[in-house]
Amino acid sequence: MRYKYYFLSIIKKLWAAVTDLIPIIVVVVFFQTVVIRQPFPQIGEVIFGILFVIVGLMLFIEGLEMGLFPIGESMAYALAKKGSLFWLMVFSFLLGFSTTIAEPALIAVAKEASVISSGAGLIENNQKTMDIYAMGLRLTVAFSVGLAIVIGVLRILKGWPLHYLIIGGYVLVMLMTIIAPEAIIGLAYDAGGVTTSTITVPLVTALGVGLATVIKGRSPLLDGFGLIAFASLLPMIFVMAYGLFWF
Amino acid sequence: MIEYITDFALVLFYTMRDVLPILVLIVFFQLVVLKQPIPHLKRMVIGGVYVVFGLALFLMGLEKALFPVGKIMASQLSDPLFIGASGADLTNWRSYYWIYIFSALIGFSTTIAEPSLIAVAIKADEVSGGTINPWRLRITVAVGVAFALALGTFRIVTGTPLYIYIMVGYIVVIIQTFFAPKKLIALAYDSGGVTTSTVTVPIVAALGLGLSSAVPGRNPAIDGFGLIAFASLFPIISVLGYAQFISMKRRFIKN
Repeated sequence: MRYKYYFLSIIKKLWAAVTDLIPIIVVVVFFQTVVIRQPFPQIGEVIFGILFVIVGLMLFIEGLEMGLFPIGESMAYALAKKGSLFWLMVFSFLLGFSTTIAEPALIAVAKEASVISSGAGLIENNQKTMDIYAMGLRLTVAFSVGLAIVIGVLRILKGWPLHYLIIGGYVLVMLMTIIAPEAIIGLAYDAGGVTTSTITVPLVTALGVGLATVIKGRSPLLDGFGLIAFASLLPMIFVMAYGLFWF
Repeated sequence: MIEYITDFALVLFYTMRDVLPILVLIVFFQLVVLKQPIPHLKRMVIGGVYVVFGLALFLMGLEKALFPVGKIMASQLSDPLFIGASGADLTNWRSYYWIYIFSALIGFSTTIAEPSLIAVAIKADEVSGGTINPWRLRITVAVGVAFALALGTFRIVTGTPLYIYIMVGYIVVIIQTFFAPKKLIALAYDSGGVTTSTVTVPIVAALGLGLSSAVPGRNPAIDGFGLIAFASLFPIISVLGYAQFISMKRRFIKN
């Protein structure tokens, strides 16, 4: 019985990974066969890679749902109930930080950014500098997401209105844009969207909704949201600062 | 084959390092702060092994498939032979219409199928007490992302500064915030993050970087990024806009 359940869950994850890719495959195949009509380079390697992506994504999500999500959620509830502000803040920061460091989309984009920057002569063109640059970028984003979650949790505790904080954040982004080097701006703006995918969103949402449930006078549906919004705003500001430091 | 195996071993090693902070966080908080044993330890361990292997496989596949596909599409669709242009036409934004169509289709199709958007749409339906139709909301957001990516590639081709577009977008969001139903604001802000999934981000990033290195006069370091920023801003505008439209419609019918 358990194995049957297990098998079904694997098939479901596999299907979810496939549906993630299907729209892209359909559009690309359509363009290749109807519009471009030219042999697709490295076709074998690409198909091989797509299989890797599907199996990898399936294992990754399955693993998260087996291990990380249940304990992450129960810890978020337990800490919210415990009522120690200090530990709640520490937990929020570390949750944002550690889930962002492991975020696959960020790993990929940071690596690509280091290749582009060294190609443009902005940083030294050797593997070591590129690795340091990419890692520094990820640490910067992770730090800012951690901070963003702390601010978001404080907002839920104190009941601050979300939109003033967001608008203030927008203003800060614009001010940073004025002083930031041109070559970091695009990457910094992108960093906001990159951080909020597979691992961070479910755990952070669980934290927000858990908090809003525990605190009197808060509605989980209304006050539980808004954490992700901070997590996409602060990285922009911090990555621009990172650019100021490097270029 | 040997190359694949050594590659994989290396990626696996880095992945373990990347997942380590989460492990430390859980163990420390569970044992030291909450002073409780870790529940379902066996399941946790198996899950952890899955996460590490899955992440490593995904990153390998990304390098072999997702990045190359984005770059190949960008270079094929901006190839002078394909667009049948030469000289001055190569810097004219009109020559690249296939790129805009391609990125719009990628944006629309990936957004419609995005699981986290489906979740947000269902929650929006709950929060609004059934006035917001989840399907219409999803289509609205998908059209928003399609437009965002088309506009983003147009920006790369023309080389106009990114911050102007983003600033205008922010101003629109701020104005909308004051008129949108209060209940939906937090949800709308969060929806900005949900459209950019783990699969979409690498393809879209590679598309932008490939395009910026193919169009004459563009510099990947300055013009190549920014597509993801567009794709995270427009869902906010479309969700707020849709909510606003619904409440206006209701008011109109009441009168």
